[in-house]
Amino acid sequence: MATKQLSQKFYDAMKKLEPRYPTKVALLLPALHAAQDEWGWLPKEVLEEIGEYIGIHPAQVREVASFYTMYNLKPVGKYHIKVCTNVACCLRGADELVEHLEQKLGIHCGETTPDRRFTLMEEECLGACGTAPAMMLNEDYHENLSQERVDQLLEGLR
Amino acid sequence: MSANETIFIQHHHEEARPLQYYLSKMEGYSAAKKALSMSTDAIIDEVKKSNLRGRGGAGFPTGVKWGFIPKQSPKPKYLVCNADESEPGTFKDRDIMRYTPHLLIEGMVIGGYAIGAHHGYIYIRGEYTRETKLLNAAIDEAYAQGYLGKNILGSGFDFDLTVHRGAGAYICGEETALLNSLEGKRGEPRVKPPFPAQSGAFAGPTIVNNVETLAAIPHIVTRGGEWFSKLGKIEKSGGTRLVSVSGHVKKPGVYELPAGAFTIRQIIYDICGGVLGDKKLKAVIPGGSSAPVLTADEIDVIYDIEPLMKIGTMLGSAALMVVSEDYCMVKLIKRITKFYAHESCGQCTPCREGCKWMEDVLHRIEDGHGREQDLNLLLDIADNIGGKTLCALGDAAAGPVSSFVKKFRADFEAHIRGGKCPNA
Repeated sequence: MATKQLSQKFYDAMKKLEPRYPTKVALLLPALHAAQDEWGWLPKEVLEEIGEYIGIHPAQVREVASFYTMYNLKPVGKYHIKVCTNVACCLRGADELVEHLEQKLGIHCGETTPDRRFTLMEEECLGACGTAPAMMLNEDYHENLSQERVDQLLEGLR
Repeated sequence: MSANETIFIQHHHEEARPLQYYLSKMEGYSAAKKALSMSTDAIIDEVKKSNLRGRGGAGFPTGVKWGFIPKQSPKPKYLVCNADESEPGTFKDRDIMRYTPHLLIEGMVIGGYAIGAHHGYIYIRGEYTRETKLLNAAIDEAYAQGYLGKNILGSGFDFDLTVHRGAGAYICGEETALLNSLEGKRGEPRVKPPFPAQSGAFAGPTIVNNVETLAAIPHIVTRGGEWFSKLGKIEKSGGTRLVSVSGHVKKPGVYELPAGAFTIRQIIYDICGGVLGDKKLKAVIPGGSSAPVLTADEIDVIYDIEPLMKIGTMLGSAALMVVSEDYCMVKLIKRITKFYAHESCGQCTPCREGCKWMEDVLHRIEDGHGREQDLNLLLDIADNIGGKTLCALGDAAAGPVSSFVKKFRADFEAHIRGGKCPNA
């Protein structure tokens, strides 16, 4: 393979995890997470490099990565907004929140703004139903949301 | 007052997290010390006596499950904690992990010892990044103090614990899908048998338990199975239960209630302050979105496993979702069905095709393009999914659709006849 896509930090972290599992394939989910932490998404070259490290075919890496919604197989914006629209959040106004965000960002769910700052997605239940509606902004939860709170949150990012 | 004795929730605050608090205020790791001097059979007997039933949704007696593990095994055994918490409406395990991570760790040390496992995994849903960090920090503390690792508390018992993150797949809450995901595969449920107790993680005998289940174990070891059993106010269901209440109630949140002590009406009106805006109650989904719906006339039922089963629904993960009079029931069941269609792993045709089909039919009814025969069609599809799939996801999708159509048929008919939502 040509130049490495993944950092030494990635390989060090994997080395530390290896003794934790009886098989190397079990490192696949942790490896995909760690790679996505570095890249923001999972380009083909990265998937290939993970396959090479674990010793499996790139198709097997892709087969697994594509099963899970958290692995981004396409680039996402700097700020990845995932609004829960499952039952409890819907009962508490998540649909209106999504509409508001779509209008505010000028994109539909599943899309990224042309400046690559924001990606907006609908998410299944985040496990924050008692503090609904809820969303994730990158890795962080934001709960008890209203349109005003979302506006404030986005203002803080500009 | 013993009816309101709680074991978890008084510690659900930020200050409870550090090891120091756990040791000084919760008799931390004294249960592990006691357990490690007991025989494994004696521990399993105590858990059986406690009438602790799995808190993930199936309600299987934990002690009986542990008893299925073979004493001798050529392959390593594993204890896996199911921290996927993906059933919509459920958010109790998150509180245990973020406020009292050591309680879970101690429960796993005891469980590992009882079944003869030397490695445990906490399979946590990928979205819980903060809880993952908190758990890892607590695990580091436990290793540093000798509560994990080699020769725990001088007992000669070794136990390692690893947090494994999922990546956004509801189905990974199903235990065999979870095990596949742990092994680095797609989270597709396995054919059973073999059951995990025979061949689970990495083909070794494995027990999968929910977070709340494992967090109850230290209490059971310290105070005895009989004491725990008596916390429950109904036969064959011991302990207290963390109930997640959400939707149209004044005070949503996690409540710790003695098993079987209250009716749904009491929970909504006496404990959670009533329906939001003092509106009329329309419906209750009693056990996560997989549970068949109840009407406002059906809520004088004791909130526990068997009473709910008797009226055709289930307690599930004890996630109670409250719906008030002005919310559209067609919209609600369409949203639930969309979820199952999205989360179907695709292995079994009835689930893969049936869920999507039900979603499409519900979509057209919601949009006012439904036909009279659609309601019987929905019941027919649901009937052809339920019980005809490898795992319970098919039933989880079919049960709600049948119950919504049967119990709120007039709402569906109004959409079909009126060509739109009557509330719109």
